[in-house]
Amino acid sequence: MEKKIRVLVAKPGLDGHDRGAKVIAAALTDAGMEVIYTGLHQTPEKIVRTAIEEDVDVIGLSVLSGAHMSIFPKVMELLKKEGKTDILITGGGIIPSEDMEELNKLGVGKLFGPGTKSSEVAEYIVDWHSKNRK
Amino acid sequence: MKYEELFSDFNRGKKTALARMITLVDNEEPEGIEFLKENYSKRKDSFRLGITGPPGVGKSSLLNHLIDYFAKKYEKVGVIAIDPSSPFTGGALLGDRLRMNRAYENENVFIRSVASRGSLGGLSTSTENISQVMEGFGMDIILIETVGVGQSELDIMEITDAVVVVLVPESGDSIQAMKAGLMEIGDIFVVNKSDREGSDRAVEFIKSSLSFKKKENEREIPVIKTSASNEYNIDILAMQIEETQKLLIESGALKQKRENRKEKEVKDILRDMFIKSIDKHLKNMENINESPYEKANKILQKTGINFTEDLWKKR
Repeated sequence: MEKKIRVLVAKPGLDGHDRGAKVIAAALTDAGMEVIYTGLHQTPEKIVRTAIEEDVDVIGLSVLSGAHMSIFPKVMELLKKEGKTDILITGGGIIPSEDMEELNKLGVGKLFGPGTKSSEVAEYIVDWHSKNRK
Repeated sequence: MKYEELFSDFNRGKKTALARMITLVDNEEPEGIEFLKENYSKRKDSFRLGITGPPGVGKSSLLNHLIDYFAKKYEKVGVIAIDPSSPFTGGALLGDRLRMNRAYENENVFIRSVASRGSLGGLSTSTENISQVMEGFGMDIILIETVGVGQSELDIMEITDAVVVVLVPESGDSIQAMKAGLMEIGDIFVVNKSDREGSDRAVEFIKSSLSFKKKENEREIPVIKTSASNEYNIDILAMQIEETQKLLIESGALKQKRENRKEKEVKDILRDMFIKSIDKHLKNMENINESPYEKANKILQKTGINFTEDLWKKR
């Protein structure tokens, strides 16, 4: 049985704009991945618990509320606490490029802004998976 | 992580280890199969409850409340939520967790979303194996949710101890057509979304449909009206599940069911092993216009298995 890439697509925080997350979830499914979609209003704690139970390779967070500088680091911190440091954290939304850089420095993967082609996201994940999972 | 380390983490009750073990088993990796062997005799006799029904009837929402009920009663609750994989891309959108928010209130619940994939043994082998991992982890109850269409109806019946079939008021008219499938596998029937019109009629439809197949001395199969969104009759449903479990144990039917299951498991694994081991012959087959029976015979001869024509008749 070939290994399937398992991705958690989650929408943390209070904003209700989940169209982007849904489109990405569908696009990654079409790219052959197993996508766990958990819907709106997820807390970092819920996200990390889901990621652990589902043993995902990748977490994709959609943040359009401006809370990215608190959400991404919090998820990373909680994962670290559980000893899960081999998961790729990526995502997208309305995130200024200087914030993206700062998050990248903290260990967050590539972040995608508006106008990104969904195939670009899928390619990035496939590429990461081939390099980081044997 | 090394297997030995993973194995000891699993035995110490670490959820990360349980999750990884499920992945290894689901991917049919050698360590996963090794684990299944080591784990087999150490498993707990978890009660496995199947929840099935057509898409959109509210299975996940009902399950959300049942999880909460059982989490308060038991120490460890496992949930396996199965969704279909695309036969074209192999991908799957697993969205059952969307409705299972109450699980997060309970630390003793472990939910795993599973894609049906295209494994040779079908849904039953992978779900059976994942259930066994959860039993090794010491789950008191395992709730297995799946869309009840086609072959998966039979699969869910065979790998679980009891099945709840979920329908909606509008299902009433189509029950006649469903008779051969869903209507035969339920130990409990539920008409969910019963706040909508026609729920009483649907209950009557189901009851009369079930009465035809009821044998003498058999208990009447319960049909319960629920509404997951209004939390209506969830307690009644939970009580009926427990009652069913009790009856299955007392009558010895549960024991019998589990014995039958063992034989089926061996058959499924044999089929899987056989197809995998003759795969190279299948691929090397000449493309001549010959009956598939003749081709199959030729491959079988290469394996040294003797198949005589009179075996066709045997069942």
